[in-house]
Amino acid sequence: MKNFLISGLLLMLASTLAYAGGYRVGAQGQRALAMGHAGVGVVNSAETAFFNPSGLVYLEDRLTISAGITGVFSNVKWQNTSTGQFAETQQDPGTPFYFHAAYKVNEWMSLGLSVSTPYGSSVEWERNWPGSHLVNDIELAAIYIQPLVSVKLSEHFSIGGGPIFVTGNVNFNRNANRTLTDEQGNRSNITVDDSGVTNTGWSASFMFTPVEALRIGFNYKSEILLNAEGGEATFSNFPNSTLTPQNGTTAFDATLPMPAELTIGFAYEMNEKWLFAFDYQRAYWDVYNSLDIDFADPNVATSVNPRNYKNASTYRFGAQYLASDNLTLRAGYYFDESPVQAGFFAPETPRNDANGFTAGLSFQVSESLAIDASFLYLRFKEVDASYDSYTENGQSVPFEGTYKSNAFLPGIGVTYKL
Amino acid sequence: MKNYIKFLPFLAFGLMACEPELDQAIEENEVYTAGEADFSNYVALGNSLTAGYADRALYIQGQENSYPNILSGQFALVGGGEFTQPLMADNLGGLTLNGNQIAENRLVLSSNAGEPVIPPLPITGEPQTEITTKLSGSFNNMGVPGAKSYHLLAPGYGSLAGVATGQANPYFARFSSSENATVIEDALAQSPSFFSLWIGNNDILGYATSGGTGVDQTGNFDASTYASNDITDPNVFAGVYSQLIEGLTASASGGVVYNIPNITDIPFFTTVPNNALVLDAQTAVNLTGFFQAVAGIFTQGLIQQGIPPAQAQALAAQYAITFSEGPNRFIIDVPVTPSNPLGFRQMQPEELLLLTIDQGALAQGYGSVALSPEVMQVLGLLQQGGTPTQEQAALVLDAVNGIDDKDALDASELQAISTARTSYNATIQGLAQANGLAFVDANGLLQDVGQGVSFPGGTITSSFVTGGGFSLDGVHLTPRGYALVANETLRAINLTYGSDLPEVQLGTYGTIYLSDNVN
Repeated sequence: MKNFLISGLLLMLASTLAYAGGYRVGAQGQRALAMGHAGVGVVNSAETAFFNPSGLVYLEDRLTISAGITGVFSNVKWQNTSTGQFAETQQDPGTPFYFHAAYKVNEWMSLGLSVSTPYGSSVEWERNWPGSHLVNDIELAAIYIQPLVSVKLSEHFSIGGGPIFVTGNVNFNRNANRTLTDEQGNRSNITVDDSGVTNTGWSASFMFTPVEALRIGFNYKSEILLNAEGGEATFSNFPNSTLTPQNGTTAFDATLPMPAELTIGFAYEMNEKWLFAFDYQRAYWDVYNSLDIDFADPNVATSVNPRNYKNASTYRFGAQYLASDNLTLRAGYYFDESPVQAGFFAPETPRNDANGFTAGLSFQVSESLAIDASFLYLRFKEVDASYDSYTENGQSVPFEGTYKSNAFLPGIGVTYKL
Repeated sequence: MKNYIKFLPFLAFGLMACEPELDQAIEENEVYTAGEADFSNYVALGNSLTAGYADRALYIQGQENSYPNILSGQFALVGGGEFTQPLMADNLGGLTLNGNQIAENRLVLSSNAGEPVIPPLPITGEPQTEITTKLSGSFNNMGVPGAKSYHLLAPGYGSLAGVATGQANPYFARFSSSENATVIEDALAQSPSFFSLWIGNNDILGYATSGGTGVDQTGNFDASTYASNDITDPNVFAGVYSQLIEGLTASASGGVVYNIPNITDIPFFTTVPNNALVLDAQTAVNLTGFFQAVAGIFTQGLIQQGIPPAQAQALAAQYAITFSEGPNRFIIDVPVTPSNPLGFRQMQPEELLLLTIDQGALAQGYGSVALSPEVMQVLGLLQQGGTPTQEQAALVLDAVNGIDDKDALDASELQAISTARTSYNATIQGLAQANGLAFVDANGLLQDVGQGVSFPGGTITSSFVTGGGFSLDGVHLTPRGYALVANETLRAINLTYGSDLPEVQLGTYGTIYLSDNVN
């Protein structure tokens, strides 16, 4: 659980690993995830609280709860054929979770609560690997807490939304540069750590139901900047010299953005057994221009790490089939466009465009309880990429190589209705 | 459902095993080829440069960045095996013999309030490398700091008993297989499949770094009579070198040899300029006047000894050295000869001062004249046309404070070094060609460093402290300098053996080390 709580902020450099581009981790509902994480037009459980709050009012039960957890097993391999170097990330499974609840106040209004971890990352390279001047390891998580209200304005139209409270943590370590060591030969490094960084944002959504079988949804989450102020930066293994920073701690300020996200899409119930969903999502990553870490110690220069992310789109397709009274099968696919631009491929977020293949099922254990399971396989093409913004002596020193990644996200959850 | 849930941890475990596969993975040996060479058992022979010596000491970090160790990392991509080195006990680098320190700790660049302190100083600490603590096993890196060519064939060079008497080498004594072992025997016992040999530097370097106080042994074929500061006879070198190559090529599939760089590309000899006698106008006039006085006094002395005045004036004229405002070349002592009876002269443009010269003394008149008030008084007397007494004349001649032989390399010493080196290099290149070995022009490489070698993130030059190529002793290389040697070696090997070994990134190798842990 601690992992979840760690979350964070940002830092340092970066970025992170992402399962949906950048450091977005799309695993906020097993039912949706099994359908390509599409759900802006789907109303079938409290997961709707995250995917489209305006749909909550269409849930028929008085109280609906969905909760779940996902294991993120990611692997990244890197090599540089011009030097013969190679490395891979260590296994350090991330565990995004969610808890969504909806309470039907009356026929035209529902209240909801959504707690989830849509942003986070955990990447650990081998210590002092060839890219250690950019990142040794990073752990980042943000918890979104959203009180929600959903109002039915007419038979065909509802609106919903509410504030978003975010708390985040970050821990990031990298080496000071490519060569500096202390007297014993240990590489000089810096750890940036902050926790309990908070900020607020908002979400707004609507759902249009022109005919009973078709729901069209729109959901928008605002941008939230997590400002780590007064975090702790620890300088370790620097030599005893007045020509280098001193060992010890100093405060730092940095800002990590959680970008605004817009989703539109629909769900079409073809018949009693089949439902199809499509979401188009746009994440406004261009807010993530540069990660600047400003150290309180006046002798330590601000660390400027250009990121230059671009806005990125995701296309999600999902299908659901009622196999029997108590078994529902789901499958989906999504294409996830990376916000990382050429020349800015930093190894804390070693993510290029990805194809996600999903599957899952729900098993109705009793009238009120269902078990939801999902599985996501993320496939990345092998990519030759570089990060060109690291400099020494005023000269760009690109960090180049070939990356090959994949990720497996098995998830389990429950849906409870009262 | 519970039954299924309990299998989930196993599923998760299985997923961790599903690693992505690169199309052509370096890790799986799918990228590079070894060509005709067999790198499975690489053995490196040589001296301090091969051992990874730097900053006037051998220490772990330097050894890890030795060029043979860098090479072995690349060889490992095409079937190279483990590469063992006789690692020191610490990163201090000092040596003890029966608890008594016999080699100083490494040099570091200290600082004061954000400004570097020159010269570099030894790092503090109790060195833990006791040479009587013998290392067991054989070592792929057979580089022995201090070794000259003929030492590799010398029985007893690794004798512990011989270290105390100065007959043996403390570094080799740590890991020699027996008291009588030779370096080449211990190397051949490992049946190297590939070798490197960089030897001969010390055959001139001991002479050079002593300021030429040793003997040029050219013509003396008995190496057992050589002292450490002597120049090895080129025929002795050639004989030794061909024996080494013969032994090594018997078992190895291939090898690489290195020639000997010119000392004028090494900061130990290029950092202190020979014209650092910087004078203001008045001092230049005074010094010029002083040496006119010297010439005058000497002329008078010769005439009094019965030398014809014209001849006396001609002989003494060489001492009427003139100085100008700005930089002037120093005065050095040279052997007294009939043509230079006073035994000093101004340095010639190509002559060199050593890094170890006392720069404080230079500022106090070492290399020129100690212009004491008494001397000035005599000069004043002379200017007024007076005749100095014998004591006064002697006072003036004694005031000349030329640079000692040990602090400089004069033209004849440089010539001796150059002649020997040229001959060694002809031997090395000839044997490389005759045996089809890869050849590294280390001489050309260090010349390039003198001009500056650029890489992403900087430039390597041979400037002392700041250049990045040479360590703080001014002779040995930095990790980055050794990486440069490794890359040149990889190019030579690829060319000779048809391999396609990749080069390393120079910028990922460090240069000099900073620490204020100095006394």
